[in-house]
Amino acid sequence: MAEPKRQIPRRMDMMQPTPRPLPASPPEQPRTGDRHTSGVLDAIARGERVESRIHEQVANEDPVLGIENFSLFYGPSKALHDVNLRVPRGKVTALIGPSGCGKSTLLRSINRLNDLIDNVRIAGDMKLNGDSIYGPRVDVIELRKRMGMVFQKSNPFPMSIYENVVYPLRIDGVRDRAMLDEVCERSLRGAALWDEVKDRLHASALRLSGGQQQRVCIARAIAAEPEVLLMDEPCSALDPIATGKIEDLIWELKGTYSVVLVTHNMQQAARCSDYTAFFYLGRLIEYGPTETIFTRPLTTETEDYVSGRFG
Amino acid sequence: MRRVADPQQTIRARGEPMLWLCGGALATCLLMVAGLLLFVGWNGGATFWPRPLMAVALRDGSTLLGEVTRDDTYTPSAERLAELPDEWRTAATVAVQSRGGTAHRRLLRTGNTGDHFRWVDDFAVTAETRPELAVVIDRRASVEREAWGKWYGYLDALLLDGEPVATTPRDALARIAKEHPAAMQRNERIESLREHAIGRLADAEEEARLAIRRADLRHGANSPQHGLAQAAFDALRVEQVQARKAIDTELTALRTENERWQLRLRNADGRTEKLHLADVVRIHAPNDLSLAGQLSVYADRWWEFLTAAPRETNQEGGVWPAIFCTVLMTLLMSLLVVPFGVLAALYIREYAKAGILISAVRVAVNNLAGVPSIVFGVFGLGFFCYIIGGSIDSLFYPERLPNPTFGTGALIWASLTLALLTLPVVIVSTEEALAAVPSSMREGSYACGASKWQTIRRIVLPRAMPGLMTGVILAMARGAGEVAPLMLVGAVKLAPRLPFDGDAPFFHPSRSFMHLGFHIYDLGFQSQNSEANKPMVFTTTLLLIGVVLFLNVTAVWLRSRLRRRFVGAQF
Ligand SMILES: Nc1ncnc2c1ncn2[C@@H]1O[C@H](COP(=O)(O)OP(=O)(O)OP(=O)(O)O)[C@@H](O)[C@H]1O
Ligand SMILES: [Mg+2]
Repeated sequence: MAEPKRQIPRRMDMMQPTPRPLPASPPEQPRTGDRHTSGVLDAIARGERVESRIHEQVANEDPVLGIENFSLFYGPSKALHDVNLRVPRGKVTALIGPSGCGKSTLLRSINRLNDLIDNVRIAGDMKLNGDSIYGPRVDVIELRKRMGMVFQKSNPFPMSIYENVVYPLRIDGVRDRAMLDEVCERSLRGAALWDEVKDRLHASALRLSGGQQQRVCIARAIAAEPEVLLMDEPCSALDPIATGKIEDLIWELKGTYSVVLVTHNMQQAARCSDYTAFFYLGRLIEYGPTETIFTRPLTTETEDYVSGRFG
Repeated sequence: MRRVADPQQTIRARGEPMLWLCGGALATCLLMVAGLLLFVGWNGGATFWPRPLMAVALRDGSTLLGEVTRDDTYTPSAERLAELPDEWRTAATVAVQSRGGTAHRRLLRTGNTGDHFRWVDDFAVTAETRPELAVVIDRRASVEREAWGKWYGYLDALLLDGEPVATTPRDALARIAKEHPAAMQRNERIESLREHAIGRLADAEEEARLAIRRADLRHGANSPQHGLAQAAFDALRVEQVQARKAIDTELTALRTENERWQLRLRNADGRTEKLHLADVVRIHAPNDLSLAGQLSVYADRWWEFLTAAPRETNQEGGVWPAIFCTVLMTLLMSLLVVPFGVLAALYIREYAKAGILISAVRVAVNNLAGVPSIVFGVFGLGFFCYIIGGSIDSLFYPERLPNPTFGTGALIWASLTLALLTLPVVIVSTEEALAAVPSSMREGSYACGASKWQTIRRIVLPRAMPGLMTGVILAMARGAGEVAPLMLVGAVKLAPRLPFDGDAPFFHPSRSFMHLGFHIYDLGFQSQNSEANKPMVFTTTLLLIGVVLFLNVTAVWLRSRLRRRFVGAQF
């Protein structure tokens, strides 16, 4: 990963009280006629189909994951509405949007965890490197092995820290001690936890603090070197220092891995991601390069949301 | 507006009454449990304590010697007083009247057979003493003498070949203390010869006889195999004559030696009698014992109770076989029920699709827990003993028929019956434990690419292990205390052999067995001597509680270790 690092603004900056933390475009700036005028909310309220605004830069990227016309129903209620999203290879894609808009649902659909929930129905398909995810002959277990996932709520297993981290290798039947040790150390270092736990790798992971547990889960997700890393608010339980380290990690992973990152933290999305997708009520509203989304979004809803006037 | 608290309201809001209600309910529960334990503990613990002996002279001129077992106050009827001899009716009437029409009486245990419990009215007593050197003897039944159990009286002398070697009671007691262990050893040797040596010969003979039957069944009665088996049998018989002779010689020698030592005794009425030293299990003079002496008698009796085999139709001696078999059966039951219950619960909870069928199964399992246990006993007898056991017999032991081997009550059938009985407990608690595993953990595992079985084995089962153990504990507690079904499927009053012994193949699941619960029932309600057995009933109950407690504490300890390993603090 010799790629030059972008200077990541440290979280310390954030500790200063800033009334409007992001350089959102000032509202008084004249709008181009290209923009929606607040029609999306009304359209949704009327039950009309809402067209996603996709910036054309996205089309130039090589997609690792293609979400095609994907809809999902929890019983009778529709949680995702015809989502079309191409996740570029080797880049970080942030999913933002108000609570309950379906970000986690989309993330869980990518590795088919929603299969575990009764009466979930889907329509449409997704493609991982061209292989269908929801096709009839897909081996779900093989599919999940190609992705790593960090959950919104940390979920370490009831075993030692070490076993937690090497779990993906264990289930593949890896017995080679040296290899396991190496993976464990590399993953824990990546998750910024190594120094804290290197002396008690064989203690129960359930005795760690909430933030440490979350980092164990991150280490577990990257242990098997997945093609796509799905992170559902990985930093919600972490302090600014650990958050900074995780952001460093995400930054480092990029290039080799493709990361889909759900976050409620606009600064984080701005700092870490290359592309940002804004969801609202199960619809993808706008998707484009992070810079553009945060400074010159095409819809007023996105603008309102990223500037914190909406929610 | 300021909110003004209504005093009535705050009491209800703070929930003080609920606190008292909940606390009170708990206290009541604890009180009842503690009461039960204290009652059983007190009654059962006191059985072996050497009580003082009391000699009472009665107005009718007789003398009684024995220990006071109970006392009470009652109202004697007018007829009862009228029946008294004229000489002391007035005195008795006055005594009763001075107590406001009531009388006090004591129950005196004066022996083990015949008229051995006597109510003694206080007004009928002329004198009462505690004779210092009165002895109480625990006797064994012997070939020539049917009487056994407690005997109360005085020791006159110890005789060797009919000649006194110690003539004062104290000397005799001291000498007995010296000679008694040797006599006990001879007794043990006699027992062992009779049970093991002769038993082994009989077994070998039976085996040879069965070999003939087997040859007959397989090859026909005129086959050469029959001839061979017959020849082997005849040779064995010849061999055994020698062996039997040797055993008989040793037995005679031991018995002759035993018969040389005798005790000359005098009972409360002054009649003398003789008793072989070898028939004395224990002799002591309770009124003469120091505290240390009392403690040593107490400990000795407990030791015998816990480690010896029962004697005299189970009413004396120990209950070791019953303890052993109870524990063995409970462990065997757990071993059988846990895999079945856990696998069934795993299927219901993890694999099966929720639906009407699964709900029906769940309801059925829950109802199974409410079926009276005797029903399981009947089922066990009909299905396990007769059908399965009968088939095993006709397939593998045809030569023994019509004597059943597995086709009757047996340890294995009893364990299986109890396993069936406790299955619902295990299934329900396992299911609950599985349901309590957070779905986020399963999802985490699936997200790592684990298969369903890998997730169950590596995440779900370890995490559910403590809850699963709770089910096992409950099942064990239920199984160890169950008696009714056992009476049908193999518990017996007296099992001649343990299901686990030195004879190959060491473990004999087809044998019948003794059980503490059944032992209690048998002692308390099946023997004629129920008054004398009452203390033993309590002691055995205390022991049963102890055994169940021991099993449970072990399981709880195991569970707490597992819990510490698998369930940590969440934050
Ligand atoms: N298992 C489920 N059954 C039924 N409805 C569900 C289920 N899980 C989520 N939903 C619904 O789907 C919608 C989207 O939920 P989702 O968890 O994806 O939101 P989210 O964007 O991740 O929100 P947050 O930012 O708060 O995590 C919500 O309205 C929620 O109520
Ligand atoms: Mg979410």
